[in-house]
Amino acid sequence: MAEQSTNTDGRAAQDAGEYWSANIRIIIISLIIWAVVSFGFGILLRPMLAGIEVGGTDLGFWFAQQGSILVFLGLIFFYAWRMNKLDKEYGVEE
Amino acid sequence: MDQFTLNLLFVGASFALYIGIAVWARAGSTSEFYAAGRGVHPVTNGMATAADWMSAASFISMAGLIAFTGYDNSSFLMGWTGGYVLLALLLAPYLRKFGKFTVSEFIGDRFYSPTARLVAVVCLLVASITYVIGQMQGVGIAFGRFLEIDAFWGLLLGSCVVFAYAVFGGMKGVTYTQVAQYCVLILAYTIPAVFISLQLTGTPIPALGLFSETVNADGASSGVYLLTKLDLIVTDLGFASYTEAHKDSLNMVLFTLSLMIGTAGLPHVIMRFFTVPRVSDARWSAGWTLVFIALLYLTAPAVGAMARLNISEMMWPNGVNGEAVSVETIENDARYNWMATWQKTGLLDWEDKNGDGKIQYYNDKSDAMADKAAANGWEGNELTNFNRDILVLANPEIANLPGWVIGLVAAGGLAAALSTAAGLLLAISSAVSHDLLKGQLTPDMSEKSELFAARVSMAVAIVVAVILGLNPPGFAAQTVALAFGLAAASIFPALMMGIFSKRVNNVGAVAGMLAGLIFTLVYIFLHKGWFFIPDTNSFVDTAEGSLLGIQSTAIGAVGAVINFAVAFGVSSVTKETPQEIKDLVESVRTPAGAGSAVDH
Repeated sequence: MAEQSTNTDGRAAQDAGEYWSANIRIIIISLIIWAVVSFGFGILLRPMLAGIEVGGTDLGFWFAQQGSILVFLGLIFFYAWRMNKLDKEYGVEE
Repeated sequence: MDQFTLNLLFVGASFALYIGIAVWARAGSTSEFYAAGRGVHPVTNGMATAADWMSAASFISMAGLIAFTGYDNSSFLMGWTGGYVLLALLLAPYLRKFGKFTVSEFIGDRFYSPTARLVAVVCLLVASITYVIGQMQGVGIAFGRFLEIDAFWGLLLGSCVVFAYAVFGGMKGVTYTQVAQYCVLILAYTIPAVFISLQLTGTPIPALGLFSETVNADGASSGVYLLTKLDLIVTDLGFASYTEAHKDSLNMVLFTLSLMIGTAGLPHVIMRFFTVPRVSDARWSAGWTLVFIALLYLTAPAVGAMARLNISEMMWPNGVNGEAVSVETIENDARYNWMATWQKTGLLDWEDKNGDGKIQYYNDKSDAMADKAAANGWEGNELTNFNRDILVLANPEIANLPGWVIGLVAAGGLAAALSTAAGLLLAISSAVSHDLLKGQLTPDMSEKSELFAARVSMAVAIVVAVILGLNPPGFAAQTVALAFGLAAASIFPALMMGIFSKRVNNVGAVAGMLAGLIFTLVYIFLHKGWFFIPDTNSFVDTAEGSLLGIQSTAIGAVGAVINFAVAFGVSSVTKETPQEIKDLVESVRTPAGAGSAVDH
């Protein structure tokens, strides 16, 4: 954006800092979900989900063999969409 | 037409296709050889990366490992897909913005040290060569099967084909060839799975069939879930149940984590994200790659479970409490022909130990089965050898599917092994010729001699992989898992710290990479034998017998933690990173001004 490019260096650096911390925030939230579905539901928390039946077994088994993969897919597309939006908000897109 | 001719036809036709594309798109310049001119669309790139990524380990080996272990091997499924989340969020966009050809170039520049670049090259070579060993195992098995020869000769023949193929084109040839290979391998994987899912559950989508009720011969639902039925049969034969957890959670978590981090640290996959035009494309590209990978990975657990059920029922045609299958049936019944063909590869065998004319397949290590065996006069499991790696290739024959499906699967298995082996050889050759020779030893090398050096290093890498592959440290997917552990412990932490920390300096990064790599490599050799030579190991590779209670396939995650800790520790007591490096990190973090990537 023209407006941003005419800013002083100080303002640009502050923007870059904000952009980066917004990115870090999105990454942390995404990685928490990433860990909960795989290491959590798929492995460590499986005993807690044992009561929920899915097709002859329990929900933890489903998360370990299929569910986590579907969530991973969702996460990557969410991140790509969210970051491309963020790039525009801060005027740092290519 | 007999099956042998049909297999040759399918394999031959698919090879002609790949070689045709490779010739058509033959690389002329070094830039094309390494990175396909950077004009590749995210969807195309995703498909090619998926083919590059899904190797003999995913296609040939993984479902077999899941089939015979069940839930415990879910780590392969979560690990090899979850790594893409790390790649997409933590590495791909930034490395694309950085815009150089290879992973080691980034490490060399970010840590302003030729030593760091050299260490990165070493890490990359160790991980890639271990990975190629796993691929060559898969190539050997696939060639052995479709030519009906011993797996050893299949390995030698296969390595020649892989070499000829990889030398031909560079990345450009490889990118478009790999799109073709993806199509062949995904069809080859899903078509038999759809057939089998229909036979067993009446559901055309295998991923759903896995959680469906089985159907009777007349197509009516039996009211029993496939997984329930499978659990019953395998426990009746004395094996561990399919759906329950038997492995300790610590090893399972660390193993999954090693595969995830390793995925994000493998040079031949990361290189792919240099070939998209823009930073935002790098983000999408990772997503598209996972879409194409997920098509196979959602099917794989169904393939495993259904094959296990089919095999158990074939060996016990009258139910597990009836009579076992007779030797006469195996030798004469056309439905059992696959057993004789696989016997020729040396990967499947049976023996009528008690001479009753029947082949009893059960778990002779189980105490519960000892009484039943004694009562029935069984003298041990008579299906004496069933190599896990043959399961996927044998699957359509086991399910009695038409001959063309079997030929297609043979072509698909080879496509998977070939595409990854080629991608890895490319990563190895670029590491040697571009990073090592041109980057450090002989900087004024001409383009022509650089290409020549690239090809020579491919040949050397193949020879090393074949020699080490004569004593593979496990089934193909397990060998590959070790490669991931090495990449996890060495490359990934350096890349991540290079982007997310301005504090980590040259000395810290070098110390971290070396600590991670050496710790992991030594730990693997202590458990798998030095250079994988049998009987040179000091510890047994089980949760109980191992040095730290962690299996060698899971140690990469620990190596990565050591890498991070050493790098931060050393950096905090040595000189701060210079300002221009801080600016470099700052510029890598924002997409603006990426432009096209440049050479040194």
